[in-house]
Amino acid sequence: MLLTSIYVMLGLALALGALLGIAALLFKVEGDPLIARIDAILPQTQCGQCGYPGCKPYATAIAKGEADINQCPPGGDAGVHALADLLGVEYKPLNAEHGLPKPKSVALIDEATCIGCTLCIQACPVDAILGASKHMHTIIASECTGCELCVAPCPVDCISMVPLAETPDNWKWKYPVFPIKALPANSGKAPS
Amino acid sequence: MNNIIQFASKLIKNLATTTASEVHRFNGGVHPEEHKQESTTRPIAQLPIPETLTLPLRQHVGYIPKLKVKVGDYVLKGEMLAEAEGTVSAAIHAPTSGTITAIAEAVIPHPSGLPDMCVTLTPDGKDQWKPLAPIDWKNTAHSELITSLRTSGIVGLGGATFPTHIKLRKDGASAIHTLIINAAECEPYITCDDMLMRERPDEITQGIAIAQHLLGAAKVVIGIEDNKPEAAQAMNTASQALANAVVTTVPTLYPSGDARRLIHLLLGVEVPHHKRATEVGIQVFNVATVLAIYRYFTFGEPSVSRIVTVTGNVASPQNFEVLLGTPMPLLMAAAGGAKPDTTHFVMGGPMMGFDLPSLNVPVTKAANCIIAASPALFAPPPPAQPCIRCTRCADACPVNLQPQELYWFAKSDNFEKARDYNLFDCIECGCCTYVCPSNIPLVQYYRYAKSEIIALDKAKEAADLARERNDFRLARIEREKLERAQKHAERAANARNREANPELEESDKAASNASTVEAKKAAIAAAVERAKALKLAAANNDAASTSTDQPAVAGPSSAEVKPDSDAQAKIDKKALIAAAMERAKAQKLASAQAGAAPKNTENLSAKVKAEIDEIEAIRTKALQMVKNKAPD
Repeated sequence: MLLTSIYVMLGLALALGALLGIAALLFKVEGDPLIARIDAILPQTQCGQCGYPGCKPYATAIAKGEADINQCPPGGDAGVHALADLLGVEYKPLNAEHGLPKPKSVALIDEATCIGCTLCIQACPVDAILGASKHMHTIIASECTGCELCVAPCPVDCISMVPLAETPDNWKWKYPVFPIKALPANSGKAPS
Repeated sequence: MNNIIQFASKLIKNLATTTASEVHRFNGGVHPEEHKQESTTRPIAQLPIPETLTLPLRQHVGYIPKLKVKVGDYVLKGEMLAEAEGTVSAAIHAPTSGTITAIAEAVIPHPSGLPDMCVTLTPDGKDQWKPLAPIDWKNTAHSELITSLRTSGIVGLGGATFPTHIKLRKDGASAIHTLIINAAECEPYITCDDMLMRERPDEITQGIAIAQHLLGAAKVVIGIEDNKPEAAQAMNTASQALANAVVTTVPTLYPSGDARRLIHLLLGVEVPHHKRATEVGIQVFNVATVLAIYRYFTFGEPSVSRIVTVTGNVASPQNFEVLLGTPMPLLMAAAGGAKPDTTHFVMGGPMMGFDLPSLNVPVTKAANCIIAASPALFAPPPPAQPCIRCTRCADACPVNLQPQELYWFAKSDNFEKARDYNLFDCIECGCCTYVCPSNIPLVQYYRYAKSEIIALDKAKEAADLARERNDFRLARIEREKLERAQKHAERAANARNREANPELEESDKAASNASTVEAKKAAIAAAVERAKALKLAAANNDAASTSTDQPAVAGPSSAEVKPDSDAQAKIDKKALIAAAMERAKAQKLASAQAGAAPKNTENLSAKVKAEIDEIEAIRTKALQMVKNKAPD
């Protein structure tokens, strides 16, 4: 009786072990899904303000525990909250060392000043600059992430960051707010 | 089991016996004060041509059309100013003849109050139509009619402004069996469709016939609210001319004019929330839209005017037929002017309309009604109180949503949950706000949440694109690095090989020498061939351009008869040089014609200018030397 139960348990253990082994092979996950999930939250500006050469390396660093979650100014407060939720850690306000959140802008090349040095093209992390050596360059505005990485290398300072203007296309309905009315001082108790 | 079968059979029976005269109530809805009598006492009036017309390019849902005119152009009435670009887009036409005086940003009737691109037209007062081309719609191919309709600028005139040509397209997905004409006009104050039906029922009927033909719909149901008996009577009489058309009056209950609510009312069909009405074989058109279709096909007139109700706090509320682009102050003046206690103006109805940023905006295709608002008509809402979870909003919601839940989610920025609760099915009809005992502006919260979600989705899309492009760039850099390394390795390996067996190198060299000699020979032969051809051409040219009595010195015939190869080569060389000189001359001439100096020599910095001067000096020096040498 005793032996039978041991055999049964052993058999079960072997069978389940084999099943798990097969499952591990069949459903093998390539790469770290956590990195991809962190990367999905990051704004993909590729600006490097976090101190890493792009959003993916920063995501990798967060996943490894090497970087803090509050180093991404373009992601803003909402980004930190989302990362805190995902990783189950405490929310921290943005670290000012890495810069402050700015309104979304796109780079603009002053085409009359551009000398066609291609330095900005090499700096652009998303290939959003069009041009060739000794030919005028221009920014593809729809692809520009506003990372500002092209601004510093320009030898003639012809790149400026232009904040995106509000148009009827991107205009948003505002959160309902109610104007506060000043009541006469002798009106008694404030309405609840 | 029996119960289920009974229930199912009852359902089927219900569906089968459904006739158009039966009305299927939807859930919820409200019945605000109608205020329709004020503006129905007077007939539709024509407004004179104003001094200027301002036409926003954004007058419809979809892409902004592409401008086709420039400042200073003279246009005739009905001429296209901007053409539809992209699938969902509509053209803009000149509402009268005149001159384009400006193309600039101006405030448009939009809840944002932001300026947008507008074309300003100064009429010449002649109101002269362009040559109009009516279309024989009965004997023209469907695709041709739709392509033509794309240039008509007609959009849904009920207020949604969806380009009409898309709604009439045959995608082959599902055939339309029923065409519904939306004449419910459920919003208070608005009477433009009512008056249109009273005054022009025959034109509307003919428009319906065209729409029915284009859609291939077997049945037509015209839905009119029972507070418009005159209109229903007129349509009933006129629609006798149509095959298989029924006028059905529906009870006055806001929002019965919403397309899905009207479909439910008239046919008892609930369109699934993730599907379009066309997917279940139903298409809905507004009365004014079918009238525009009629005028386009019968007279060739594009969309240049519309009927606007001017009502509210004005002296004599009335409907006007107005050219698009007419400034709204003119409209107000025509209705006797706004009374002094008017605080603001509302475009659209009081339930779904929005406050105009100012009255100085033009009439657009969406402007069905302008209401002058005063505290007496629209009392400012009392302060919002906390939600008491009475769920009256849920009872009133015609879309069967849970407005109170949506409110909580929108208020706490919990957008994911709001989306899960089908926020995007909300038609923003305002019934929930209307019934809320706490006076919470619920629709404002939904609009806020919707636009935040749309913005987040756009940001997500942009981030995905940026990620993809960044990944691609990194992969490209990696690949280039590898390629370079490979090339280096190859070269190094070759060098090592050569060092190891110099014999191979010798033979290699010899072979390469031989091959280069071969190549050179071939090149020379080719050049000679080219020169010959050139010479021939030049001789022919000469013969043609100068007089024929001067025989070409080095004519092809003379070359042919001379077998002496040496002389031949000499002549070839001369011809080559001559040809090259000709080419250079031609180039010079061309550049002189194009503007003597190269374009990039303007606006140079001092440094570059100095450099150019230096080179210029060297060049003149060299020329001088050559000249000095020449006499020797």
